[in-house]
Amino acid sequence: MLALQILIDGFAISSLYALGATGFTLIFGVSGVLNLSHGAIMVVAAVIAWWVAGTFGAGPYLGALAGVAASLACAFFTYRVIVRPIQNSPSIPREEKEIFVLTGTLLWGIMLQEAVAYLFTNNPKTVRPLVEGVVMILGVRTPLNEILTAVLSWAAIGLLYLLVNRTRTGKSLLAASMNPRGLTLLGFELSRIYVLVWAIYGVLAGIAGVLLGAFLGVSSDNAGTLTASAFSIVVLGGLGSVSGSLMAAYVVGYLETMTAYLISPSIRTVPVLLLLVAVVYVRPQGLLGRR
Amino acid sequence: MRISHSIALLSGVFGFALAAPAAHAADPIKIGVIAETSAISGVGIPNGAKMAAEEINKAGGINGRMIEIVDYDDHNSASDAVRAFQRAAQQDKVAAVIASYISEVVLALEPWAGRLKMPMITPGAASNEITKRVHDDYDHMKYVFHGYLASTQIADVVCEASKTLMVNDLHMKTAVVMSEDAAWTIPLDEEYLKCLPAGGLKVVDHIRLSPDTTDFTPIFNKVEGEKPDVIVTGISHVGVQPTVQWQQQQVPMPMYGVSSQATNSTFWKDTNGAADGVIFNMVSAPDVAVTPKTIPFAKTYQAKYGNLPGYAAYTSYDDVYMWAEAIRKAGSTDPDKIVEAMEKTDHVGTIGRIAFLPKGDTFAHGMRIGEGYITGLMVQWQKGNPVTVWPANVATGKMIFPAFTKLPQ
Repeated sequence: MLALQILIDGFAISSLYALGATGFTLIFGVSGVLNLSHGAIMVVAAVIAWWVAGTFGAGPYLGALAGVAASLACAFFTYRVIVRPIQNSPSIPREEKEIFVLTGTLLWGIMLQEAVAYLFTNNPKTVRPLVEGVVMILGVRTPLNEILTAVLSWAAIGLLYLLVNRTRTGKSLLAASMNPRGLTLLGFELSRIYVLVWAIYGVLAGIAGVLLGAFLGVSSDNAGTLTASAFSIVVLGGLGSVSGSLMAAYVVGYLETMTAYLISPSIRTVPVLLLLVAVVYVRPQGLLGRR
Repeated sequence: MRISHSIALLSGVFGFALAAPAAHAADPIKIGVIAETSAISGVGIPNGAKMAAEEINKAGGINGRMIEIVDYDDHNSASDAVRAFQRAAQQDKVAAVIASYISEVVLALEPWAGRLKMPMITPGAASNEITKRVHDDYDHMKYVFHGYLASTQIADVVCEASKTLMVNDLHMKTAVVMSEDAAWTIPLDEEYLKCLPAGGLKVVDHIRLSPDTTDFTPIFNKVEGEKPDVIVTGISHVGVQPTVQWQQQQVPMPMYGVSSQATNSTFWKDTNGAADGVIFNMVSAPDVAVTPKTIPFAKTYQAKYGNLPGYAAYTSYDDVYMWAEAIRKAGSTDPDKIVEAMEKTDHVGTIGRIAFLPKGDTFAHGMRIGEGYITGLMVQWQKGNPVTVWPANVATGKMIFPAFTKLPQ
C-alpha cells in the first residue's frame, strides 16, 4: 500500500519536474544559455492562470491558456531584451558573455518575481484544476488532477519528441545543438532557430507552471527554488541532454517522495542535494552528458 | 472705515505670523510601522494603523498634534526589519513602533527596542519568547509590548473550544497535531500536547513540517493512516497549499486549529474555495461584535481597501489607539513615560478589552486573556464566508463540513 502510494505520488511529481526541466535543458543544449529566470517565468504562468481563471471568472481552460501565453511572452522578452543584446554586445568580451547572460537572466528573474509579489502579493495561489474529484487506484485515493498532471506533462514531452525527431524544423534544432557553425554553412539562419527554441521553451515552461499551480500551488517566493530544482535536475542528467534530464527528473522525484514518506517530509530535498554533490564529484558530466 | 480695515488686515497678518510658529510646535507625532507589505497579513498592519491615525487626527490628534504613520517594508526579513527599526528610531525620530506578525522578525527587533529605548508593540507575532524576555530582563526590555496572544494562550483557546466543538458536538476522541517548524509553534505544540488530552482528545501523532513544504501529499497520507478524528493545525507560513491539497486529496478528517492565512478574506479565492469547512482561530471576525468597534472597523476597512481585514489589521488599528492614549497620558514622547502609561492601558479595541500583564507575570507586557478581556473565537469558512462557530454566545452559525469529511458516528 505504501509502496503503491509512493509509486503514484512520485510519478506525478516526477513528470512535472521532467516537463519543467525539459525546456530549461533544451535552451541550454541549443543556444548555450542557462536561463536563471526559469522559475520566475513558471510563477508568472501560474499566477496569470489563477488571475484570469478566478478574478476574471474566465474558467480554468481560458485561464490555463492565458498562463501559457504569459509565459510565452516572458520567454520572448527574456530572449529579445536580456539574452540577445548581451550576446550581440561588442563591448562584452566573448569569454565573459556566458557569465553576463547568467547574471542578466538571474536579475530579470528577480524582477519578475518582485513584480508578481507587488501586483498579486506573495501569498500562494492555486490554479483551479481542469478536473476535480478523486479515483481509487488499487486502494490508493488519487486526485484526478494528479493523474491529469502526469498525462499532460508526458503529452507535452511527447509532442516535443515528435517535433525534434520527425520534422525538418525540429531536426535543425538538434543540429544547432551539435554543430551551429555547420548549420550556418548549410544556409540556416541561427537566429531564427533561437527564436523557435525560445518559443518552445515558453510553451513548455508555461504548461509546467500552470500544472504546478493547479497541483501544488505557487507563490512568488517559489521562483528561486523552482530554478534551483530545474538546474539540479539538468546537472544530474547531464547539461543539454533532454533524455538525461527526463531520467534525472524521475530520480529526483522518487528520491524526494521516498524521503518524505519513509523518513520525514521536512528533509525531503536533502538526499537529492547529497546525490547532486556526489554526481558532481564522481561523474561531473551527469548521467547522460556528452563530454 | 479705512482704519478698521487696516487693523483687520494688520491683525490678520500678525495673527498669521503668530500662528505660524505655533504650527511648528505642533509637529506631528510619528509612529513607525514595520511589516511585510507584499503579504496580505502583512499589509493589513500599515493599513489598519493608517485608518486609526486618520480617525484620531480627524478628532483633533494627540493634544492638538497630528499622528503620522511612517511605514517600512521589511520583506519578511529580520535584517531588513532591524535596519528599518534603526532608521525609524535614529533618523525618522518616531515615538513608537508597531512591528511585524512574524515571531522571528519580532525577536530580532526586541534587543534593538531595548538598546534604542524605543517603545514597540507587535500586532501579530505569537512566540512566548517575546514576553519571556520582558519578564526575565525587565529593565532593558520593558519597551516591548505583545499586542497579540502568545502561542501558549492561543493553544489554550483552541483546546478550550475543542472541548465543545470537537469532543461534545462531534464525539471526537483522537487528534493528530500538524504544525510548521517555526519559533511560534514550539510553545504552541508543547501546550497542544498537554491541553488537548486534558480536554478529551488523545494525540496519536505530532507532525512538524518544514515551512518550505509544497507537496503535502505524503503528510496527509501519513495522517490518514493513523485514523485520527481531527487534524489540529498550527500553521501560518503555509496555509493555501496544505488546504488545497487537503481538499483535492479529499482527506476525510476536518482541519481545525490555528491557520493564520485562513484569517485573510482572500483565502477563499486563493484556495479556489478549497477552504470550505476549515476551522481556524481568530481574535475578532468581521461578522461578530466582539466589541462595538469590531464590525464598524471591518466595514470601513473593506470599503477603504477592497477586502476584509486579516487578523493583524485589527490589532494594528488598536495598537495606534493605545500608543496615542499612552502618549497623551505621558504628556510627552519620552520613551520611559510612554512605557509607564502604556502599562496602565485599559482600552476597549476591536479585539476586546486590552490590558497588559504586569512585569512579574510570565507573560509580562502580554495581553490579559479570559472572560471580560480577550477571549478568542473559532471561525469556519463556509461557502465563501467566515462564520463564527465558537463561543456560543457570539456564534453566527453552526459547523458544516464538506461532503468528503467523515465524522465519527
